[in-house]
Amino acid sequence: MSDRIFGGIGLMLSLLYIWRATLIPDSFMSDAVGPRAFPYGIAAVMALASIWFLIKPDPEPEWPRLGRLAEIGFAAMVMIAYAQLLPELGFVISTAFAAAYLTWRLGSSPLQSVLIGVGTSLGIYAIFHLVLGLSLARGPLGF
Amino acid sequence: MELLASLGDGFAVALTWQNLGLALMGCFLGTIMGALPGLGPSNGVAILIPLAFTLGLGATPSLILLTSVYYGAMYGGRISSILLNIPGDEPAMMTCLDGYPMARNGRAGEALALSGIASFVGAFFATWGLVLLAPQLVKVALLFGPAEYFALFALAFMTLGGVSSTNQAKSAFAAALGLGLAMVGVDTQTGVPRFTFGEVHLYDGIDFLVAIVGLFALSEVFIFLEHRGTDKDASTAPKLNIGRITPSWKVLKSCTPTMIRTTILGFIAGVLPGAGASLGSFISYSMEKKLVDRDNTFGTGDPRGVAAPEAGNNAAAGGALVPMLALGVPGSGTTAVLLAVLLSLNITPGPLLFTQNPDVVWGLIAALFIGNFMLLAMNIPMVGLFVRVLMVPPRILMPIVAMVSFVGIYGISGSSFDLMVMVAFGVAGWLLRKLDVPLVPVILGTLLGNAMEVNMRRAVTIADGDYSVLFGSWLTLALWAVAIIGFVLPIFVGGVVKARMRGAAQREAAITD
Repeated sequence: MSDRIFGGIGLMLSLLYIWRATLIPDSFMSDAVGPRAFPYGIAAVMALASIWFLIKPDPEPEWPRLGRLAEIGFAAMVMIAYAQLLPELGFVISTAFAAAYLTWRLGSSPLQSVLIGVGTSLGIYAIFHLVLGLSLARGPLGF
Repeated sequence: MELLASLGDGFAVALTWQNLGLALMGCFLGTIMGALPGLGPSNGVAILIPLAFTLGLGATPSLILLTSVYYGAMYGGRISSILLNIPGDEPAMMTCLDGYPMARNGRAGEALALSGIASFVGAFFATWGLVLLAPQLVKVALLFGPAEYFALFALAFMTLGGVSSTNQAKSAFAAALGLGLAMVGVDTQTGVPRFTFGEVHLYDGIDFLVAIVGLFALSEVFIFLEHRGTDKDASTAPKLNIGRITPSWKVLKSCTPTMIRTTILGFIAGVLPGAGASLGSFISYSMEKKLVDRDNTFGTGDPRGVAAPEAGNNAAAGGALVPMLALGVPGSGTTAVLLAVLLSLNITPGPLLFTQNPDVVWGLIAALFIGNFMLLAMNIPMVGLFVRVLMVPPRILMPIVAMVSFVGIYGISGSSFDLMVMVAFGVAGWLLRKLDVPLVPVILGTLLGNAMEVNMRRAVTIADGDYSVLFGSWLTLALWAVAIIGFVLPIFVGGVVKARMRGAAQREAAITD
């Protein structure tokens, strides 16, 4: 069933791709092929592959239970939040939070998580910024 | 003679303090990454690429650093195979079969040393193979025009699923997905934006480094989140003591013919498109089992069963560099990532690389020779150090991997937008892995998509809009024929090979447990 859903999504994706490709404007510079032909070809391959999934799906993969799925969703959200907060809070603070969250969810106890989070953040800061001289995001406190 | 002169120049490039230091650092980091379950050569190299850029390294030093990581990871993969029965990376899977039983018999140190030597033999002679074969391939490649290149790219995509692929439709889907992503951005030929949805960040296209790090490194973090606390969790395996870390001369001697045969076989598997190191180690092991296993000792801790896959996969790693450097078309996941490095450094791999940037090619090859000796030194006397690294549990390791990925990508672009795209790729990578869709074609698609399109358009434009030019010469027809065979063959034999690879690993697990 998963493969069929995947095939359906793939088919929609390829149709969407073809539709967006038709919207590509023409330019005053042009070659014999134009900017649309290759995308059409790609979409055709994708559509054929998707139809194949619909006709002949593979055996069902082992999906995690709902709780674990939420786990992955939350981790992704934390990472998105991290991406947003990085320029605001600076590297050390945001990284400590994000690393603490991830290690907590991977099975560290709460106290350990805080220590590992802070340790990871300071460790990366020391190696990458102080030793290797990489520029990391600066927060209001200057690090 | 000319070859030796070029190689000599290469050594002159590689033997600077900076390059030696980078090779040493790369070998060390690579061995660690190979040894840690969950970090293999491709994601190991992927998370270090941004570092090489932000440090402002030039082309040759970056490449030396990253290929050393690649070779190092190939060496390191065996450590956790032998000690924990968990392959540190995919090519090291076959090493579990005899390596772990050897460790259970109290010969862990011997297995580590022997496999280190086998890795050295494989990698060393494969590097010689690279020296000899790549310039020959370049001569052929110089005959290629745009139409031939288009056919060659098609060949790369169609064979990438490899002999071990079970579902070619999924490989095709993955390639189309990657190519589709490569189209995003301003069209280089006509200057019109495509698939940008009016988002200015997308005008430059999607940076393939962002895609690579997201797909390889972040998706691994999600996989660990999914499997935490289950029997697939690697942190719960028992530990073993190592014993002596030198193999006896007798064992070494009995393994020598095995190493020679599997080196040759592995190298060939590496050069062929779509095969790569996993297949190299698999066929090496299977062939040796057929040839020399008279007393049925393979699978119970036979030293030859340790030497065979290790020589095979390291030889394949060297072999895979041949098409990447000579043609600009990688045959495996990690070489695809290395190609990304070259492209980001504005170096176009392929036949012209050997004439325009000989210092890069030969410097790299010389560095590989040097790196091999460093790796031998690290992997035999100092193997205990890496064993200790294995004790780092994933709950500490994985957040570090994630954070280093973010640091690297942010270091290149300094934009939150790229970080969010990377997270999206991470989630997509996890989803595709669950659905058994291979990730390497996606990467290769984003990397080569534009070059493939440009060659196609150039060929057709030169022929005044006549598409038949794409099949117009003997060379293109030959390439298309190989491509079609490479795509169709796995449909008939792929299921069998993959089932055997899995079956062998599982049978073994059943015996040792």
